[in-house]
Amino acid sequence: MENKINQLFKEKKSNILSIYITAGFPELNDTVKNIRTLQELEVDLIEIGLPYSDPLADGPVIQEANKVAIINNMNLHLLFEQLYFSKEEIKIPIILMGYLNVIMQFGIELFYKRCAECNVSGVIIPDLPIEEYNSNHKYYAELNNVKNIFLITPKTSIERIKLIDSISDPFIYVVSSNSITGNTLSSFEELRSFYNQLNALQLKNKTLIGFGISNSSQYENACQLANGAIIGSAFISSIVNAQPAKNFIHNIRKLKSIAL
Amino acid sequence: MNYIMDTIQLPNSKGYYGEYGGAYIPELLFNNIQELEANYKEIISTEIFKKDFDDLLKNYVGRPTPLYYATNLSAQYKCKIYLKREDLCHTGAHKINNTIGQILVAKALGKTRIIAETGAGQHGVATATVCALMNLECVVYMGEVDISRQATNVARMKMLGAKVIPAKSGSKTLKDATNEAIRDWINNPNSYYLIGSVVGPHPYPDMVARFQSVISSEIKQQLKQHQNISEPDFVIACVGGGSNAAGAFYEFIDSKKTKLIGVEAAGKGIDTRHSAATMVLGKDGILHGCKSVVMQTSDGQVIEPYSISAGLDYPGIGPLHAYLGRSKKATYLHVTDDQALEAAINLTRKEGIIPALESAHALAAINLLSPKDTDVIVVNLSGRGDKDMNTYLQHLSY
Repeated sequence: MENKINQLFKEKKSNILSIYITAGFPELNDTVKNIRTLQELEVDLIEIGLPYSDPLADGPVIQEANKVAIINNMNLHLLFEQLYFSKEEIKIPIILMGYLNVIMQFGIELFYKRCAECNVSGVIIPDLPIEEYNSNHKYYAELNNVKNIFLITPKTSIERIKLIDSISDPFIYVVSSNSITGNTLSSFEELRSFYNQLNALQLKNKTLIGFGISNSSQYENACQLANGAIIGSAFISSIVNAQPAKNFIHNIRKLKSIAL
Repeated sequence: MNYIMDTIQLPNSKGYYGEYGGAYIPELLFNNIQELEANYKEIISTEIFKKDFDDLLKNYVGRPTPLYYATNLSAQYKCKIYLKREDLCHTGAHKINNTIGQILVAKALGKTRIIAETGAGQHGVATATVCALMNLECVVYMGEVDISRQATNVARMKMLGAKVIPAKSGSKTLKDATNEAIRDWINNPNSYYLIGSVVGPHPYPDMVARFQSVISSEIKQQLKQHQNISEPDFVIACVGGGSNAAGAFYEFIDSKKTKLIGVEAAGKGIDTRHSAATMVLGKDGILHGCKSVVMQTSDGQVIEPYSISAGLDYPGIGPLHAYLGRSKKATYLHVTDDQALEAAINLTRKEGIIPALESAHALAAINLLSPKDTDVIVVNLSGRGDKDMNTYLQHLSY
């Protein structure tokens, strides 16, 4: 069966909206509830963060969500269980985003096996070195038809972009600027000139832009450059502020249609 | 004396000691680490670097530090005990050996803003000191909890011109200060991250170990003068992240004769959940960008360690030590708060030297060995006890 992420990128070339949620946040059993809501709102892709005590690349909003989820006793075993028992109703492609230590302790082989069993289509492990991906992860990921998504930033060298393009499928996660998550992106200038370079490389992969995308105009700007965007901290904040997900997603999309 | 010795290059080209080490970093840090990795060996092997480093260690830090034959302690334990007096370094601990080295690397790389993390404040003070000396901007992350516990060191850093930023995430101690320092480095890739121990992503563990290796190269030469031997029977050093131990072990790692003893903080006891004995309680994992032994839950959440000594309560350990310990090239023991306090008062009364609480752990471990009367033991006295007077006063009755 074709991987759901590949299927998505085949069917949809632009304005892909990916939303990040933290597993077990704000309450332990909210994971599937949040997925259901986002699915109903026709979001294209969901990234589920595995809570970790020391998330190096994350800003205060996602740190706090991680902390709450850990206090709620969320863990990888439980998350897979939640996903497994809802797999019939979850149609939307799911990507797990987690730091390597959590996955190491779970067991790498078992991790990819459980991903497949629970309809997880991709994983983002931001602190996984490429060499270690090749030697310890690639085999199990491919065996289970799970896609590893890698990150690049506007500062990534061309040589390394080509390397990452060669091991990625079907998309590369473009970090909007050199900054941790949740710092609102001040300007698209650097990204625009980066995309000039990127387009010239004729990569085989599609791209989504993430980090610092928090409102409709940024989403629109990102969508002009990439195939879509990923929103994390801003959505988590909206949960914290008890804003209905429907309003948040409609704001992101509705304002966009006005701007167009 | 030439303080930079090109000795055993333990890590491989990717920064692994056996299976420990490496660089487990988000892509956002890739360029930062690569810039350092591509340049550090070349920078520290230049004549100008060696000259500046040697000169500062000699005339600014006060090296070589004495290797003191502790007559009374030797009589007590019925063996020959030497104390390597790192407590006599400028700023009061071995930490400055590393900050001198790294600040010269930072300058060679053209950096003007320095980021550091600190637990008890010793590394923060050592970093603020070299930044004052070199006229560089200095930002130190310190856990909010530690800031209130270590007011004097916070004041020292501020007087030296550093900006002390409270780390408010997680448990608000060293682990979180390190996270915040790394996040600052992600946001400010033109800054230099001056790490305080033999931890973090490659090449930090190797670089810091090299700068601290001056401790063991001096021990080697000084033992020659004192005892006409170049290798002791034991070297004992306390281990949090493990920088003073790495420096004290460095020249003896391949020795057939010298037994290397690292001493971790057992806190209230290894079975009490109030401990920092990583080598006993930890499992293989990843923390702050390197693979090592880490205190963690079965789910991989890092556990907040405890020790009476703020310099030893780190939930990880340098990858060099993880390797030496797991391959049995060194032995890692642990002593409790009470044993360390007892050893501190013992040294004070026997030799008139008030040790840092960290170093007191190394001294307490002599009790765990059974030396022969001819054995030569070197204890690395990594720091002095001034900063710990409040704790000593609270726990000891006079």
